[in-house]
Amino acid sequence: MSPSEQLAATLARIPYARFLGVRGELAGDEMTLIMPFSEHLIGNAHLPAIHGGVIGAFLEMTALAQLSIAQGLSRQPKPIDVTVEYLRSGRPVESYARAQIKRLGRRVANVRVEAWQEARSRPIAALHGHFHVTPG
Amino acid sequence: MALNPVIEAMVLKSMRNCPQAVAIGMEMVSMDEATATLRAPYKAELVGDPDTGVIAGGVVTTLLDHTCGQAVMAALRAPTPIATLDLRIDYMRAAEPGLDIHAQAHCYKLTHSVAFVRATAYDRDVADPVATAQAVFMITGAAGAPIPDTAPGDAA
Repeated sequence: MSPSEQLAATLARIPYARFLGVRGELAGDEMTLIMPFSEHLIGNAHLPAIHGGVIGAFLEMTALAQLSIAQGLSRQPKPIDVTVEYLRSGRPVESYARAQIKRLGRRVANVRVEAWQEARSRPIAALHGHFHVTPG
Repeated sequence: MALNPVIEAMVLKSMRNCPQAVAIGMEMVSMDEATATLRAPYKAELVGDPDTGVIAGGVVTTLLDHTCGQAVMAALRAPTPIATLDLRIDYMRAAEPGLDIHAQAHCYKLTHSVAFVRATAYDRDVADPVATAQAVFMITGAAGAPIPDTAPGDAA
């Protein structure tokens, strides 16, 4: 299986990734997760805006997917703590996210993620977090 | 003190009008002056680890964020637009597969423009949390008219 197919297969196996409608794209080792807009993602129907929790979940999923690619894991990494900073309201359009692994230790990985919509220079949210990893 | 029925009705309506809260199946358990407790039922479609059946961390994130927002609404005692500025979550353990998740949030400080909230997510016992959260919200709009302590028609 190519890395792209492996990423697609990983996401397809996770019910919650299907619930959010998330898919992935891989260019070399650079991975982008894409979350198409869907009505059920809305948190505030008046604006309308994507639910803050959904944006946090999308960022967290991007971190987990990036770690899976980096490690060729036998077991899924597990979040220890995450901090989500909300920068702009999530408009009802497609969202993108990319993660950077700042450090991959034997037990813990430090990861940063940014999500954006129209322009990558205008992020809607950022996450930094620590994740438990199991050496593969 | 139990919450004013007008505020409770407002919060229930806001949950019914929130497509993501409906999609997850969130329910209000209780509300008090500056606290809220919500529940998210265990659902197969929300599983994050297909090998263990454990619910996705993202569901816990969404439930915590939403419950924190409702605690701010309870503290504000008026329909006011708010936005999450910052949300920190510590994951203590995996939720037990098959169990509903509860979140209890307390808005412990309110200024003119900012609300500070702490929350705990748990499945069996609040003393054995799945996750804890600390959140800060901006109060982005002008407060609506404050809701009187007694709902109209309650007096009689």
